Amino acid sequence: MSADLALPLALAVPLAAAALVGLAGRRPNLREGLTLAGSGLLAAVVMGSLLPAVLAGERPEWTLLETMPALALRLRLEPLGMIFATVAALLWPVNSLYSVGYMRGNREGHQTRFYVFFALALSAAMGVALAGNLLTLFVFYEALTLSTYPLVTHRGTPEAMRAGRVYLGVLLATSIGLFLLAIAWTWAVAGTLAFAEGGILRGRLGGGAVGVLLALYIFGIGKAALMPLHRWLPAAMVAPVPVSALLHAVAVVKAGVFAIVKVLVYVFGLDLLRSEPSARWLLYVAGFTTITASVIALRTLQRGGNLKRMLAYSTVSQLSYVVLAAAILAPLSAVGAALHIVAHAFGKITLFFAAGSIYTAAGKTEIGELAGIGRRMPWTMGAFAVGALSMIGLPPAAGFVSKWYILLAAFEAEALVAVVVLAASTLLNAAYFVPIVYTAFFADGPARAGAPPASSAAAHGEAPWPIVLATSATAALTLAFFVWPELPLALALQLAGGSG
Amino acid sequence: MREHLPVLQVVLPLVAALLAALTRRPGRAWALALTAAWLVLAIAIGLLLQVLGEGVTSYHLGGWEPPYGIEYRVDLLNAFVLLIVSAMAAAVVPFARTSVAREIAPERIPLFYSALLLCLAGLLGIAVTGDLFNVFVFLEISSLSAYSLVALGSDRRALTAAYRYLIMGSVGATFVMIAIGLLYAMTGTLNMMDLAARLPAVAATRTVPVAFAFLTVGVGLKLALFPLHLWLPNAYTYAPSAVSAFIASTATKVAIYMLLRFFFTVFGAAFSFDVMQLDWILTPLALFAIVLASLAALHQEDGKRLLAYSSVAQIGYIVLGISLASVLGVAAGILHVFNHALMKGALFMTMGCVMYAVGSVKVSAMAGLGRLMPLTMAAFVAAGLSLVGVPLTVGFISKWYLVQAALERGAWPLALAVLLGSVIAAAYVWKVVEAAYFRPPPAGSETREAPLGLLVPTWALVAANLYFGIDARWTAGMAVRAAEAVLGVGR
Repeated sequence: MSADLALPLALAVPLAAAALVGLAGRRPNLREGLTLAGSGLLAAVVMGSLLPAVLAGERPEWTLLETMPALALRLRLEPLGMIFATVAALLWPVNSLYSVGYMRGNREGHQTRFYVFFALALSAAMGVALAGNLLTLFVFYEALTLSTYPLVTHRGTPEAMRAGRVYLGVLLATSIGLFLLAIAWTWAVAGTLAFAEGGILRGRLGGGAVGVLLALYIFGIGKAALMPLHRWLPAAMVAPVPVSALLHAVAVVKAGVFAIVKVLVYVFGLDLLRSEPSARWLLYVAGFTTITASVIALRTLQRGGNLKRMLAYSTVSQLSYVVLAAAILAPLSAVGAALHIVAHAFGKITLFFAAGSIYTAAGKTEIGELAGIGRRMPWTMGAFAVGALSMIGLPPAAGFVSKWYILLAAFEAEALVAVVVLAASTLLNAAYFVPIVYTAFFADGPARAGAPPASSAAAHGEAPWPIVLATSATAALTLAFFVWPELPLALALQLAGGSG
Repeated sequence: MREHLPVLQVVLPLVAALLAALTRRPGRAWALALTAAWLVLAIAIGLLLQVLGEGVTSYHLGGWEPPYGIEYRVDLLNAFVLLIVSAMAAAVVPFARTSVAREIAPERIPLFYSALLLCLAGLLGIAVTGDLFNVFVFLEISSLSAYSLVALGSDRRALTAAYRYLIMGSVGATFVMIAIGLLYAMTGTLNMMDLAARLPAVAATRTVPVAFAFLTVGVGLKLALFPLHLWLPNAYTYAPSAVSAFIASTATKVAIYMLLRFFFTVFGAAFSFDVMQLDWILTPLALFAIVLASLAALHQEDGKRLLAYSSVAQIGYIVLGISLASVLGVAAGILHVFNHALMKGALFMTMGCVMYAVGSVKVSAMAGLGRLMPLTMAAFVAAGLSLVGVPLTVGFISKWYLVQAALERGAWPLALAVLLGSVIAAAYVWKVVEAAYFRPPPAGSETREAPLGLLVPTWALVAANLYFGIDARWTAGMAVRAAEAVLGVGR
C-alpha cells in the first residue's frame, strides 16, 4: 500500500470503528471486539505503512478537499507528526484493552457512547498529527475538543457537568478567540497556511508583532495547558480513567504541545524566533508553569488529596517541558521536545492506568489511602514506580532520554534559565512521586493494623487481568524507550536536520 | 420567455398570492404556494445563469425606456439575493404544510399562504427593481404581509408583537419614503442608475445628506440594526414557526441588499464613506450588535427568542463587513447574508419541529430531547455549530472572510470582536444542547420525533450548511464578484 493512501486510511479506520461500535451497541462482546480490532488496524496502518515511509525520508501527502479558493484541507506527514501519530496509534490498542477491564470492572453506564466517542477522538487526534496546514490542524483540533466532551462528562453528575463546562469553555474560547485569529493573521501576512521547513513568516513579520502573534498561538492552543489556561485539565479528571489516561495524558494534551512545536518550527521557523527578542517570553512562561504546577502537585500530595488531580498537575508541568524545550530555540531543542512527547506519553499513561487499577480493585482515589497497597497490587504499583521514575527523569526510564536532550539543547544555547528550571523541577518531581511509591510498598496500611494478613488480602488483590496487562505493557514501553531510543531519535533528528 | 424572467420573478408569486386567497382548501393553497415557490426558484437560477453568462440584464416594464419607465435591473448582487430569497421560500413552503396545520386555524390557512406569497413577491420585487419608488412599493407589500404573518401566531402576544413590528416598520418605510421624495426633488428621477449619474452634481446641497440620513435610519429599522432592532425579538418569537424561519432568513437580508444598493450604487462608496463617513456610524453599531445582542441571547429562556437575539448579532456581522467598504469586507457581508440565511433557516425550523412535538420552545421544555427527538436535535447541533463558526460549516467561511477583511484594514479590535461573538454564540448554543442532551426528559414524557414533513426540509438546509461550508469556492467566488460589481471595481 502506498503511503499516500495510508494517510486518509489513518483517519477513516477510527471513524469506521466508531460507526461499527455504534451499530453493535447491543452486543457488548462484539462491540469491544470491534474497538480492539479497529485500534489494532490503525496501529498496523500507522506503523506498517506510514512509519517506514517517513523514516525513508518520504513526506506522504493527500488533499481531502478544497474548501475556499486557495485553501484546502490537506494532510502531509512529517517526522514530528509521525512521532505523535505513532504514539497515539500504539497506545490506543493498549488503552482499549484497559478500557474493557475498567468499564466492565466498574460497571460504568453508557458504554457504547463511550467507545464511539473514544474512536471519534482518536480519528481527530490522527487528523491533528497528519495535518498539512494550519487550517486542517485547526479543524481537527476543534473536532478533538468536541468529541472528548461527552467522555469528560461521562458520569453525568452535576460535578461532571460543571467540569465539562470549564473544559469546553476554556478550550473553545481560546481556540476560537485566539488560535483562529492567529491563523487568520498568518494567512493575511504570509498568504499561505502550509507547514514549511524553515517557517513561512520569515521576512514577512518582524519586531514586536512576532511576540504578539506568538502569544496568540501559545494561549490560543489551550490544550497545551500553559498557565494560566491550565484549569481545564484538572477539571477533566472527573472522566473515567481510560479517558484521562489516553486522552488527557496523551492524545488531547499532546495535540496541544504538538501544535505549539509545529507552529514554532514550521510556521515561525526557529531562525525567526531566535532573531526576535520579542519572542523570548515563552521560555519564562513555560518555566513558570513547570515549577508552579509541580508545586501544586506537591501540595496535593501533602494534603493526601486526589491522586488523579496530582497526576493532572504533573501533566501540566511535564507539558511545559515540551514547550520549554522548543522555546530554547537551539537546533537540538526540537529533538528534545519531540522525544519528551513520547517519553511523557508512555510514563503518564502508565501512572493513570495504575491509578485506575487501584480504583477498580480497591475503590481508592485519594493519595492518603495508599499506604501498603503495593504489597497487594505489586504489578500495579511496580508499573507506577516505573512511570514515576520516568517523570522524575531517572534511568532506566524514558524520561531520562528526553530530559537529557533538553539539557543538551539548553547548554548548547546557553539557556541558563532552562537548566535551572529543569533541575528544580526534577527535585520537585522526586518530592511528590517518591513518597507515594515508598508508602505504597513500605508503610503499613490501615487495614493491616489488627486484622490478620490473610483476610485483608482477600478484601482486594490485583485489578482484573486486562487492566494489569495493559498497565504492565505501558510500563514495559517506558523501559524499552530507554534501552532502544533509536527509532524515535531517528525521527526527531530528521526534524532537527529539516529545521536547521 | 427568457427575456421576461425579471418580471416573472415578481408577477408569478403575486398572481399565486391572489389565487391562494381565493381558494378555500388549505391543501390546494399549499400546493399553489409550493408550485409558485419552486417556479420562482427556477426563475432565480435562470436569472443568475443569465447574468453570469451575459452580464447585467435590464428589463423595461411595459416597453418604456428608462429613466422614464420602470427598469428591472439585475446584476450579480441582486441575482444572488434573488436566489437566496427564493431558495429559502422553496425550503420553507414544504416545511409549512405540517407546521402550519398545527399552529394556525384551518380557515385561515389559505390566507396564510396568500400572505406568505405576497411577502415573497415583495421581497423579490425589492431585489429585482432598479427604480427607487418601486422599491418603496415592494417594501410596503412585503412589510404589510409580514405584519399579518406575525399576527397569525398562536400565542396571543403575537398580536402585540405584530403591532410593534407594524409601528416601527411603518416609521422605517416612511423614512425611506421621505428620502426618496427628497432625492426626486433634487434630481427629478427615480431610476437608480440615472440617480447615481445625477447625484454628484447636487451632492453639496444640504438636501442630499438629509435624504441620506433618512434612508440610513429607515433601512436601519428594516434590517434591525442595533439599536433599531426592538421589533425583532418579539416578532420572531411569537410568529408561527414557518414564518420565523422564512422572515428571519429573508426579510432582513433584503434590507441588507437595500443598504448595499443605496450606499454603493445610488450614492456611491465615495460619497457614503468619504463624505458622509458612514463607517463611523455603522462600525460601532455593528460592534454593539455583535457583543450586546449575543449577550442578550445568552440570557434568553425561550429558544426562538434566543435565536432572534442571535439574528440581531449576526446582522451586526454583516453590517460590520459592509462598513469596511472594501471588496473583501463587502464580500464577507454578502457571503454572510447567504450563510446566515441557511443557518438561521435551519435553526428556526428545528424550533418548529420542537414546537410541533412538545408544544413549547422554552429551553427548560427541551430537557432530554436529544434522546426523544434525536434527528431534530442533531440538526440543531449541526446548524448551531455553523452559527458558532466551527470549521466545515458555512459559519466558519463567513467568519474567516470577515476576519480577513478586518485584518486587511489593520482593524485588530474588529477581528477580535468577531471572534468574541463566536465564543458567546458557542455559549448560547450550548445552553440548548446541554438541556437537550444532558438533562433527563420529564418522567412519562410521550414526546415523539417530528414527522418527516418537517424533518426533510430541516435537514435539507442543514445539508446545505455543511455542503457550502466544506466547499465554499462557489459561494465565496460569487460573493467576491458581487462585491466587485457593487463597488464598481474589477470586471
